[in-house]
Amino acid sequence: MSLPIPRFFHQAPTLPGFGLSFGISTLYLSLVILLPISALLLYVSDLTWMEYWRAISDPRVVASYGVTLRAALYSSLAALLIGLLLAWIITRYDFPGRRLVDALVDLPFALPTSVAGLTLAFLLIPEGWIGQWLGFKVSYAFPGIVVAMTFTSLPFVVRTVQPVLLELGSELEEAAHTLGASRLQTFWHVILPMLVPALITGGAQSFVRSLGEFGAVVMIAGNMPFQTEVSSLMIFVRLSEFDYPAAAAIASVVLLASLLLLFTLQVVQSRVLRWQRKK
Amino acid sequence: MKKPNSWQQWLLIGLGLALVALILLVPLVLIFTRALAGGWDLLVQNLAEDYMQHALMLTILVAIATVPINLVFGICLAWCVTRYDFRGRRLLSTLIDIPYAVSPVVAGLCYLVIYGVEGFIGQWFYERDIQLMFAWPGIIMVTVFVTAPYVARILIPTMQSQGAEEETAALTLGANGWQIFRHVTLPNIKWALLYGVVVTNARAVGEFGAVSVVSGTIMNQTLTLPLLVEQLNNDYKTAAAFTAAALLACMALLTLFLKTFMEWRQRQALAKAAAA
Repeated sequence: MSLPIPRFFHQAPTLPGFGLSFGISTLYLSLVILLPISALLLYVSDLTWMEYWRAISDPRVVASYGVTLRAALYSSLAALLIGLLLAWIITRYDFPGRRLVDALVDLPFALPTSVAGLTLAFLLIPEGWIGQWLGFKVSYAFPGIVVAMTFTSLPFVVRTVQPVLLELGSELEEAAHTLGASRLQTFWHVILPMLVPALITGGAQSFVRSLGEFGAVVMIAGNMPFQTEVSSLMIFVRLSEFDYPAAAAIASVVLLASLLLLFTLQVVQSRVLRWQRKK
Repeated sequence: MKKPNSWQQWLLIGLGLALVALILLVPLVLIFTRALAGGWDLLVQNLAEDYMQHALMLTILVAIATVPINLVFGICLAWCVTRYDFRGRRLLSTLIDIPYAVSPVVAGLCYLVIYGVEGFIGQWFYERDIQLMFAWPGIIMVTVFVTAPYVARILIPTMQSQGAEEETAALTLGANGWQIFRHVTLPNIKWALLYGVVVTNARAVGEFGAVSVVSGTIMNQTLTLPLLVEQLNNDYKTAAAFTAAALLACMALLTLFLKTFMEWRQRQALAKAAAA
């Protein structure tokens, strides 16, 4: 006699513990992640459209969207370039200090963001160790935000590109080389196309991370209204004015934007992978 | 991997090393130089301050409370997602990525809205004299949210690549669920699990955005070390701010060391499994 397989399973479970692990996982996800997020959206839905629109279209808030998006874009590009270079030298060349570089790449991830912001700010003030060599203002100005965001998102690029480069090996390069391709041609036509999915993932992750970055940015940005205020800080400003509805309204915009990015990224990733496999 | 053999390759390496020095090494050196700038005595004196001791204890408490919760959850989710094939499996592993994507400040606000005095759950607790937000329970709750994905995200690829053959074999030999987990799964995922703990701990200790929303920044009550760094800097107590920063930097360096060590051990374990 065979029991009917419930349609919920694509394949009947053999190992015990499904109920326990599935139960704990879904309970936890609902309580810790879904409930608070829906509570925020519910809270925002109490506002009238007028109030909502006024909160999210306040000129100061709109300026903060611009600052955040621009800084996140520049810093993701910078993190992509630097990250690709670091991942390349770590995986390809054997040089003194390679292991140290490999370990240090995770520093921005392990170092609390407020410490990172404080330190970068002190390095980049006009009389700071690095700031004295620069001809323009970095700390407490827009470039400071870009530096802070680049710092915090650097590991994301390196750690997504690195495994792909490792797996690629150097056979393809050598093959291209024996066929007469120059190093630059090999990189441009052979290696870079293979790296596209990893670069998209790494770039998108650093972009999302930069959009939400708070600790490092507030310590270095100077936080001037209309100039160096990021959206996360605007939420904070509204909170300290005890204007919870406005804070929640701005937060809902940031939240929906980042969730949209997350899901778009997943779709793009699977598309790119399929496209690459077909090629 | 090969020795670099042309000047272009050396140039690339030099450029990379220069960037690493500028972006990663110099900041580290600055932290410790500034912390020691006033001499050893001042450093010890700053460390002995009440607010510093309190912030340190609170930060440790948050980490101790957060890590086990996310450890248990991470194992359950990874087991569930990698050992069974069911409807909604993909959804579960997407949902766990949400804390990565959500800005910590937004996360803090979400918790404030529901568990604050005016929120419908917060009110229930408030009537029973339990304050969640602007107190240590709130700090732990948001930290749990922010660090939720790490253990699961590290375990899932490891458990996927190992497959369920060994567990199934144990099952046919008559082991029960707990025995399978304890004697088959756990030894296989040991290093990945410890690695997850280290990463979760680092994030829990260092979380700033979400905690600053729900903490209310009350000196000697709800200031964790990262918040203390900002507070002291705002009060122009730079030396003390860098003292707290140096403590956190030590934690970060220890994290990097343990992480490197565990990755190495895990690679070894995988290589051994592949050879056997």
